[in-house]
Amino acid sequence: MDVILFLIFAIIAVVCAINVVVQTHPISSAISLVGVMGSLAVLYLLLGAEFIAAAQVIVYAGAIMVLFVFVIMLLNAGAETKKGQSTMALFLGVPLLAGLLIVMSWYLQGWFPANTTVHFGGFSLPALPGKVAESGGSAHQVGMALFTTYLLPFEVTSVLILIAILGAIVLARKEMD
Amino acid sequence: MDLTFVVISLIKILVVFAVLMTTLAYLQWVERKVIAHIQVRPGPYRVGPHGLLQPLADVIKLLTKEDLVPPYVNKALYLAAPFLAITMALLSISVIPFGPEITVFGHQTLMQLTDLNIGVLFVLAVSSLGVYGIALAGWSSNNKYALIGGLRSSAQMISYELPMSLAIAAPLLISNTLSLHDLVMRQEGSILSWNLLHGPFPQIFSFIIFLIAAFAETNRVPFDLPEAENELVAGFHTEYSSMKFASFFMAEYANMITVSSMATLLFLGGWMAPWPEKYGSSFVPAVIFAFAGVVALYHGMHAARRRDKKTLPVFGIIFLLIAVVFVLPITQIWLIPLFWFCAKTGAILFTFMWVRGTLPRFRYDQLMGFTWKFLFPVAILNLLVTGFLVAWFS
Repeated sequence: MDVILFLIFAIIAVVCAINVVVQTHPISSAISLVGVMGSLAVLYLLLGAEFIAAAQVIVYAGAIMVLFVFVIMLLNAGAETKKGQSTMALFLGVPLLAGLLIVMSWYLQGWFPANTTVHFGGFSLPALPGKVAESGGSAHQVGMALFTTYLLPFEVTSVLILIAILGAIVLARKEMD
Repeated sequence: MDLTFVVISLIKILVVFAVLMTTLAYLQWVERKVIAHIQVRPGPYRVGPHGLLQPLADVIKLLTKEDLVPPYVNKALYLAAPFLAITMALLSISVIPFGPEITVFGHQTLMQLTDLNIGVLFVLAVSSLGVYGIALAGWSSNNKYALIGGLRSSAQMISYELPMSLAIAAPLLISNTLSLHDLVMRQEGSILSWNLLHGPFPQIFSFIIFLIAAFAETNRVPFDLPEAENELVAGFHTEYSSMKFASFFMAEYANMITVSSMATLLFLGGWMAPWPEKYGSSFVPAVIFAFAGVVALYHGMHAARRRDKKTLPVFGIIFLLIAVVFVLPITQIWLIPLFWFCAKTGAILFTFMWVRGTLPRFRYDQLMGFTWKFLFPVAILNLLVTGFLVAWFS
């Protein structure tokens, strides 16, 4: 059951990801990207990481991609026209892509033992002493990890985002004056 | 996963779906009546007694109207948009709890389709996906009014989602859970243990911020700029007709119901009575319905019109029967929580209509300035104070 669900949503994610590149219209690409985000959220759910799955949908599909679609609509971008396709890219690109995929799959095979199978709740951490075992993606576990082990990276990231926001405002200001 | 679980779940889904659909149809009748009475006119009156069959007539009209697809639209997205809007609007009902755990024919079951341990986040996620329906409807219609309507609504929904999420986070700090069922169970007791008034920091500000953001999220007056009739024809659904138009309409009302029930669950104690049962809170619904029945019977005796001599006593007897049902111990267990839940949600829904009948529409820059310069800082401040006080007292 877990494997079937995993396969279904993994295939949807890959097909949508290919569709992002293939589509010529920006809106269609953006909608395909939403499909990738949604199927990734389902894969997190399959691993028992329900908080991360919800965050994935809220942040990526619900906020970032809405902004993408919003900007595309605002600029009223039309479909791209294909031009300047060289035959060399076609001849070199396909073998290079195949080579990259082979190397990647070889390394991934080496990293993970062969008997690892997909099963529900595969993301769980070992139970803390005196506590009930929780899945690694619950709100409690994520919060604990963010504010103890990864406190410094978390705070540094927030400062980074603040700098980005200030930068965007400065750039917009310059244009207004 | 045994068979009884599947059967019980299917029955629950059927019941919730049927009740929700009927409520959606009649909510519109209620809204038209409320606004009509605010504006001192009778409202729908012709179809059935007091226009009670008006929703049925509307459904038949919408179903049989010609379904027009303009030739210049982006067909795939044009057809997907209303489907997306109504799906996302109906999906969030699945985690809303209507009552506590009950026993039906020896099977224990929650009065809720499913209790997720991230229920609050699920509702937020699904409602944030609902924007796509409106934005894509506006864009794919290939119409300037529809495009501006879709743009306005997505900008508005992104902006008001922030204060809304922050307003939701504050009561969650007090209740310390993300499951909607547990959230209500922790507000048990009296009106003083509801998150609205519960210490260490009463969530009155959160409640008001949540309600204001909810008006904007559901595109209701005074924030109904996406469908401002006098500027944009009908906004994002200008090019839609027949059932596709109706599904946008239904999505709006379904979102209203979801948001009102979320406010009830987060701040008003869900299905909990305002005071403990030992002081007789379980007799309130019976008393209300008995009183309504007696009043209807009395007016039936002294009827002003000939028709009322028959109709009013019938309604009086129905009300008295409902009152009896509320006193019977078998039905009382699950009807009383349901009554309180519906009463609180209904009160908030009435506020939605009341505001629509009273307030004018915002100007667009005022709308954006209000959320970014006022609502958002206030929500952050409220969350900060709540967080500090919760940490201090725990």
